[in-house]
This record gives sequence, structure tokens and C-alpha cells, in this order.
Amino acid sequence: MRGLDLAGPEGQNPPLLAVQSETNHVINNLQVNELTTKNAKQSASSAADMTGLKLRKTIIEQSRRAGVGHIGSALSIADIVSCIYGKVLNARAPRDPDRDRFVLSKGHAALALYAAFYERGWITEEQLNTFCGDGSQLGVHPEHCLPGVDFATGSLGQGLSFGTGAALAAKRQKSDRRVFVLLSDAECNEGSVWEAIMFAAQHKLNNLFAILDLNGQQAFGYTKDVLNLSPMDERWKAFGWDVHVVDGHDEKAMAEIIQKNSNVGDKPHVLIAKTTFGKGVSYMESQIKWHYSPLNEAEYELAMTELERQS
Amino acid sequence: MRGAFAKTLTELAAKDERIYLLTGDLGYMALEPFAEKFPERFINVGVAEQNMVGIATGLAEAGFIPVVYSIVTFASLRPYEFIRNGPILHQLPVRIAGVGGGVEYGHNGATHYGMEDVGVMRVQPGITVVAPADAGQTKTALEKTYDIPGPVYYRLGKDDRIVVPGLDGRFDLGKVQTIKEGKDIVIFAMGGISYETAKAAELLSKEGIEAKVVVVASINPPPVEDLKQILSQYRQAITVEAHYASGGLASLVSEVVAQAGINCKVSRCAIEESPDGETGNQPYLYNKFGLSAESVAAKAKTLLCGVPA
Repeated sequence: MRGLDLAGPEGQNPPLLAVQSETNHVINNLQVNELTTKNAKQSASSAADMTGLKLRKTIIEQSRRAGVGHIGSALSIADIVSCIYGKVLNARAPRDPDRDRFVLSKGHAALALYAAFYERGWITEEQLNTFCGDGSQLGVHPEHCLPGVDFATGSLGQGLSFGTGAALAAKRQKSDRRVFVLLSDAECNEGSVWEAIMFAAQHKLNNLFAILDLNGQQAFGYTKDVLNLSPMDERWKAFGWDVHVVDGHDEKAMAEIIQKNSNVGDKPHVLIAKTTFGKGVSYMESQIKWHYSPLNEAEYELAMTELERQS
Repeated sequence: MRGAFAKTLTELAAKDERIYLLTGDLGYMALEPFAEKFPERFINVGVAEQNMVGIATGLAEAGFIPVVYSIVTFASLRPYEFIRNGPILHQLPVRIAGVGGGVEYGHNGATHYGMEDVGVMRVQPGITVVAPADAGQTKTALEKTYDIPGPVYYRLGKDDRIVVPGLDGRFDLGKVQTIKEGKDIVIFAMGGISYETAKAAELLSKEGIEAKVVVVASINPPPVEDLKQILSQYRQAITVEAHYASGGLASLVSEVVAQAGINCKVSRCAIEESPDGETGNQPYLYNKFGLSAESVAAKAKTLLCGVPA
């Protein structure tokens, strides 16, 4: 069985997403453990119900509540994060040693991650509402103290190395667990990214998935005007990776590529995920301003109205 | 020290399967014993120290004890932010082994000197910093620290032949090791230069000056209680280190003096200025920077007797 399969009884239990990869990596107790997470989300939703749209609503709500930026970057990856946490990540509990690992190498978009943790029942609404508050575990960038954050990030160019080490560890431990590293395109300005790219290819880490959020923007301009990285797919290919160019807003397509290629072949895999910066909120899309800018009330109302319309 | 390190690590690896050795393409003629015995656990990551530390972080998170190995400056400074955000921030048991502390790489020039590594590592909370003085102490230090929680930085010398008299391979975290007693002055030394320091004390003895010589190898955790106890018995202390004057042993000892309000003056023998590119072997450079046994002895004499060096 390859790809996605919705299973489990309806009613008392929300639908259980059984994820089965080529390597028979099946999680049986995902749902049980998630529901036993103390004060976890009590609604009928679960990982299977996660959508990028749900994450976007949380991103907009929390950005407004906390008065912080990085909104466009988080919206850009909402579907990717939803795909990972809703459809592919095998993790019975946030600290289960044999869980799949996820590294948000573009740490500044952590709000998308928190939204996914909330949907998955790993954090409560009360915790979510501490985002960027004093003493919160939920900062602008993800901290390791928050269960579910496998590696703290925020300094661009480090996540792929962490993830590569994690993938190597899985191989040496003869585990089928996988490692997903979500990078920004501009992050590839960092030379260390290419060190990790070379190492992963050399060691044939086919359990490693890099997902490149190709939105063409960075803090101060468009990537083509700062350091032109095009053609991104050819570059990764030349470095020995198995390259898949995909619509970064198509959760199903991304999930299928991942499930089909987990621990398959003799190369690490990269999804060059074409995305729109600020996706889902018309006035943010492809606008540099929304890398840092927070929302005012009118902008918030407009954004929520637009997202509601997409429901 | 690097030979002792590699040998001891190989012995430990035979007992503990968690140990991995990663190198940034360095360690030729030093790491072979490990590489030959445990090829699966020896990884040459290439000339890529940032990635090496990142990979070690990923391995450590999964339960391994990875040792990353390079020349001091490439092991500590190049990947510094990876060390900070990886093993230190996550409190993971990555071991960073830097070889050639000080000016041991002599003719190779300033890019190969390790003059600030202890300083930059020491400021980070949550990393153990160990600077052994000779091969025997390296062995003990590694045996006692290889599996402690959190990261460890080892500042190693290349030379396996030197034996610091009176040290006898002793090492304890948070402790100092006294190698010679003396009532007139106390001299603290860090790392391989402890050997020169012991020689300085011999020279002083010949002139009727008895120096107590103390090896400080446990930099983090700092041996605060030992230092307080010793410093309070002297009016004059000298620190000797093949390291910049800021951040290393002189700073550590001075902090203890200041914080405890001890009435003891601290004079430092350290590298006071940026190397000017003039090359030379280690003895030449020790002389140039005022770190040779003769220089240290002269300094002690000046301090005690007011005689110009």
C-alpha cells in the first residue's frame, strides 16, 4: 500500500490516518497517544483533518493577537507543514525516539509549525495563545524546550545539517524513520546548506527529504535580484539529489511523492515546492512588505474574510 | 596528546557503541587506530566543519556520542555558531576535539594557531571545557568525561612525548592539579605549556625562589574552590597559557580573585597581541610571546625581587 489511506472508526474516535510507506513504517497508536496528550485539542479534528487553510487562520489570528510579523513566510509554507504534520509524519508522541524528525530550518516561520502542533493536539489553545508572550515556549523561532520541536532553529543554514545527522543516525540504527527539513530558498545563500547537501548525497541518505519553499522572496528583495539561485532543481540534481518539482500548495501531491520515495533509491530527496509568499491573503501575496510587517485591525479583518471565503 | 586521545577513544569505543568519530579531513597519522578498528563509526565529513557539527548534533539527538575532530581553530571558530545553537542549546553530548592549542602549528602560521578557543568556549554556559597538559592527563580526562551529559570541548596538543613532571595523569572536573609546591609565588598553567611552566619553576628553584605550580585543565566547570583556596595563600600569582591574554586562564583566575575579594595580584604570561605573520617553530614563538620557561622565570623574578627581566 502506497500513499495515503484514511482508516479507523468514525464517531467516538476521530478518523485515524494510517500512513504506510514503502518500508512498512506504520504508526498504530498515533491517535491514542495524541488524545492522551494532556489538555490537547478537544475538538473532533485530528491530524487527518489538518489543512493548510486551518493553519493559515491560526497564523493570521496569532499574528494579530501577538502583533508580530513573518506572516508571509508562514503563509507560504502552511500547506507544506499541513502535509507533513497531517499526512506523513510518523510520530506517536513528540519525544518518541523512533519518530520521524522534522526540522523547520526556516525557523522564522515557526507560527505555521505551532498551528500544526495545535491541530495535531500537541499543544493546547492556551499554549498557542502564549505565542510571543513573556515566558512562552512559543517564540518567533522554534525552541527545543517545546515538545515537538526536534531542533531549535532561527539561524538560517543550520537545519539541513541537523537533519542530515538525524537521517544518518536513523540509518545507523537501522530504523525506517525519516527526516524532513523545510528550507527557504534564500536560505540556500548560506554555504553550510551546500555542505549538508553534499554530505547527504555522498552517504545516500534516502530517508532524508528536503522541502524547499521556493517563493522567490527574501527579507530585502526577490531572490533573483539578491543571489540568483535559478535553476534550483538543476543545482540540487547536480549535487546528487533526487529532485521533485511540485506545487507547494498541493498537499496531496507532496504527500504522495514523500510516501512513494521514503527510504527508496540511493539518493536523498528534495521537493522543490513552488509556493506563493503570503499565500491565501491577496494583499500579502508576493509582497516584500509582509516578510516583517505585522497586521493592523483592518488588515486582519480583510485577511480573515478572505480565508473564510476559501473554506 | 592527540595520539593519547585517539588511542583512548578507540579503547572506549570498543566498550561503548555510541561513540562516533567525525573528522573534517584532518588527523592523518593520528586517527587511523580508530578508523581501522571502527570503520563504520569513523566518518570523514570532508572539509566542512559547520556541517560536521550539525551532523554531530543530529547524531547526538538520536543517542550517539559523536566526537568531531579538527585543528583547534577549525574545530572551534569556524563552526562556532553551530556549536552554540546545536549541542550547547540542545544540551547534547557532542565532543569537540581541537588539536594544536596555542602556537603548536608554528610554521603553518597564524591561520593555524588556536589563541582564543578557550575564551570563546568558556563564555558559553553548558559546555565542559578541558585543556589537558600532557598525554597522561588527556587519557584520564577523556575517560572521565566522554559520557557526561552535554557537550565537551577538548583543547589538545599535538605532542604526545611531553610529560609534565608531577602530574601523573591526574584529572578531575572542577579541580586543579598541583605539580610542585612552593611558598614564594604560585604559577597556574593551562595546556601543553604546563611543561614549560614546570621548567620555569626549576629555573627559579636554582635561584632560591620556590614556586607552586598548578595545572588548570578543567576550565569549565572552573575549579573555583581550589583556586580560592590556593590564591588566598599568595600575594602574587602568574598565569601561563598559549592563548590570548583575554578570555583564557588569566581571565578565569582574575575573575576568582575579584569575585572572592582575594588579596593576590595576577600577572599574566599570554599572547598579548595579534601575530604579525612572522613564522617560527613553537619554542621560537614561545620566546617571542614571553611564554618560554626563561621568560616566565624572569617574570616571576621581576615580580618578587623587582629585578628587571
